[in-house]
Amino acid sequence: MTDPIHFTLNGRSVRFEGDGERTLLWVLRTDFGLTGPKYGCGEGACGACTVLVDGEPLLSCQTTVKAAAGGDIVTIEGLAEDGVLHPLQEAFVETGGLQCGFCTPGMILKAAGLLRANPDPSRQEIIDGLENNLCRCGAHARIVEAVQIAARKGGGR
Amino acid sequence: MTTPTFPTSMDRRQFLKRMGLLGGGLVVYFTVGDPSALARTPREGYLGSRIPTDFNAFLRIGADERVTLLTGKIEMGQGVITSLPQMLADELDVAYGAVDIVMGDTDLCPWDAGTFGSLSTRHFGVFLREAAAEAKGVLRELAAARLKVPGDRLATENGAVFDSSNPVKRITYGALTNGNIIERHLDKVPDLENRSGFTVMGGSCLRRDALDKVTGAARFAGDIRLPGMLYAKILRAPAHGAKLKRVDTAPAEQVDGVRVVRDGDFIAVLHAYPDVAEKALRKIDAEFDLPKTGIDDQTIFDHLLENAPAPTINSEGGSIETGRKRAGRTISHTYFNSYVAHAPMEPHAATAQMKDGRMTVWASTQTPFPLKDQVAAALNMPPEKIRVVTPFVGGGFGGKSASMQGIEAARLAKITGRPVQVGWSREEEFFFDAFRPAAVVKIDAGLDDSGRITFYDHNVYFAGQRGSEQYYDFPHHREAAHGSWRGPSTDVHPFAVGPWRAPGANTNVYARELHINLLAAEAGADPLAFRLDHLTDKRMIGVLKAAAEQFGWTPAPPPSGRGFGIACGIDAGTYVATMAEVAVDKPHGTVQVKRVVAAQDMGFVVNPDGAKMQMEGCITMGLGYALTEEIRFSDGKIHDKNFDTYRLPRFSWLPRIETVLVENPDLSSQGGGEPAIVTMGGAIATAIHDAVGAAVFQLPMTPERVKAAMGEG
Ligand code: FES
Ligand code: FES
Repeated sequence: MTDPIHFTLNGRSVRFEGDGERTLLWVLRTDFGLTGPKYGCGEGACGACTVLVDGEPLLSCQTTVKAAAGGDIVTIEGLAEDGVLHPLQEAFVETGGLQCGFCTPGMILKAAGLLRANPDPSRQEIIDGLENNLCRCGAHARIVEAVQIAARKGGGR
Repeated sequence: MTTPTFPTSMDRRQFLKRMGLLGGGLVVYFTVGDPSALARTPREGYLGSRIPTDFNAFLRIGADERVTLLTGKIEMGQGVITSLPQMLADELDVAYGAVDIVMGDTDLCPWDAGTFGSLSTRHFGVFLREAAAEAKGVLRELAAARLKVPGDRLATENGAVFDSSNPVKRITYGALTNGNIIERHLDKVPDLENRSGFTVMGGSCLRRDALDKVTGAARFAGDIRLPGMLYAKILRAPAHGAKLKRVDTAPAEQVDGVRVVRDGDFIAVLHAYPDVAEKALRKIDAEFDLPKTGIDDQTIFDHLLENAPAPTINSEGGSIETGRKRAGRTISHTYFNSYVAHAPMEPHAATAQMKDGRMTVWASTQTPFPLKDQVAAALNMPPEKIRVVTPFVGGGFGGKSASMQGIEAARLAKITGRPVQVGWSREEEFFFDAFRPAAVVKIDAGLDDSGRITFYDHNVYFAGQRGSEQYYDFPHHREAAHGSWRGPSTDVHPFAVGPWRAPGANTNVYARELHINLLAAEAGADPLAFRLDHLTDKRMIGVLKAAAEQFGWTPAPPPSGRGFGIACGIDAGTYVATMAEVAVDKPHGTVQVKRVVAAQDMGFVVNPDGAKMQMEGCITMGLGYALTEEIRFSDGKIHDKNFDTYRLPRFSWLPRIETVLVENPDLSSQGGGEPAIVTMGGAIATAIHDAVGAAVFQLPMTPERVKAAMGEG
């Protein structure tokens, strides 16, 4: 048996006992039952599986659990604090920055990382930042608007 | 006339049982064959949609005053989870917030052919409103007896019936139904509310699924977790038409916890973790006989034309020969479009569980009821023993009308006796997609000396007629379709094809609108004025003018060098006109769409913000089929396996989008999920032509094709 892997998951410290080479995406979705991170391509080409590790957006389909050891992992399920929505979540609801909603967890977490690094991004910086997150429904225009609104509400702090 | 062919109407006993499952309440009961119900039913199916024959139940009212809307439609992003409750609330006179909705559950919802064709509001919405109107009438009758007030003095509001001359005398719907099943008919179906009575419809409602979708609470088919569940990965052939020659599954079986199931050529690896199952699957040693068809994405068009069926003429007027004689100049072109994938962000997924002799399948599907029958047939079980439940669907666009994954999960659940989840990989998603068919359009048209079109002859191969119906006033015209995106001719394609958001219309509208622009150029006319000169249809004139005004269109014959494009069309009863501005990077042939203005007349708009959201989605998605999306293949192998080569529209492509809803509130609600995409190919093609004087005759208009077209021009 391999040594357990410890990390923080949505504010709780957890341990994972199993093959550390397994993909973080599937460990989150199965062992931890967190289905917010989505499988969209499995090859780092869509962003649907994005989670935050130590505040940085990370493609969980491209990461092993071992590599996340000791990290502070946040999935979409853990973004609201004490039942209060993150400004990004609020803004996505308000603007309708989603249709089918499958890309939404990845979009919001990618944007959260963006705002953390740059609390006052220009429109172009938002577009550049989200470039590798795909949305097939074409919600792009409203997603950009949602990130702008969230930035104004201090979503980066 | 289309005859309903699905014999799945529930019998009475089953129906009452179903209502019991929901906890009773008032049920509006239409019998099949009830003449009043049939008289109210549109008889013609719309592009393959069959008319629901089972009108049994659309709603229930519980003793707790909650109203449950039951619909076989599913939510895949198009927003009917919000607009249908809006419609019900208005017609029944209850608060929007009092309405719950159950969607796509074959045990609970009335039979439905599937969610496609922008029919949810146009057709189902009408049935729903009729059911609500009748329910309200029944409630009034019940209230008349309970309150001892003559029926004509009663009125309804906010979930209650009251005496209009003494409003304190009232009784709520819940108190009237009291949790019981009350079956009753009205002799005459009451008229539907007219617009002045709407308080919810016509107003923008926030999406009711938004909160669940931003918190991760929304469940998709692959998010279902059941105790003891196994994840299955299935052995796939490397090419369509390949045959399994030899296989050794032993290396996979050696992986701890793996179970291999084999049923003929159907071989699956199951494990408690999908990633482990996937790894084990790769250990299987399999050899296939590969087909040599010689057909690839270059040769496909010749292949299609060689195998084209005889035409069906869908519309015509005058005589092409007469028109041809009057033409001083003719312009003839052939237009092509390649196979296009649906590529929803959620790949097909399903979870199946066999319990107490019944199979339940949670599937990402646009067609839960047909899937139920397919599962029953595949499992050799009676359909009553199958239940399909549709959680949120992560995008469909027609691609989830086919739901093979649901059958796969059910087969494996039956064989293993364990709950099984099948989630396709992106590669499987591309491989098994029922693509938008490659297609060819040939157009031949002529101008007289005054610059008027004398004849127009449109032949479409394999895309179908949708979008080719003529609304320009051409004295002599003919629109013929050779084969369709479905039907007998699909076996000409090397793999499955199917409906793709407004099937056929994107192809037809692109070809026609580019052709019209080339005729305008030949006539030296402004393309907007040229169109208006050939139009008397008021709705079309209305959307063109509205788009022009928003765009700030100024007349100039193409190519003006400005990069302004224009296209108009009709889809799902809705009229749309789109104007686009592009910049073409001449040395590289790349096209950046800078601005898109779309004006749409969709009759009465139930949820204006929702409608605009759909238009924006159509415009953004439409950039893809116009500029980059095409499937590369040869000998049955699909070369595009992921988003690295198959390029979807991205944030950096985003044009400035402006949408205009042209008011036409007296017309009943028309479709909204598809129309604004049909004009995107045409608007961009005409804009490219206007920018650089080159017409690109093949979709997608890739940099190579744009450069080649410029070279020829
Ligand atoms: S699933 Fe990880 S990037 Fe697509
Ligand atoms: S909302 Fe459907 S993929 Fe983005």
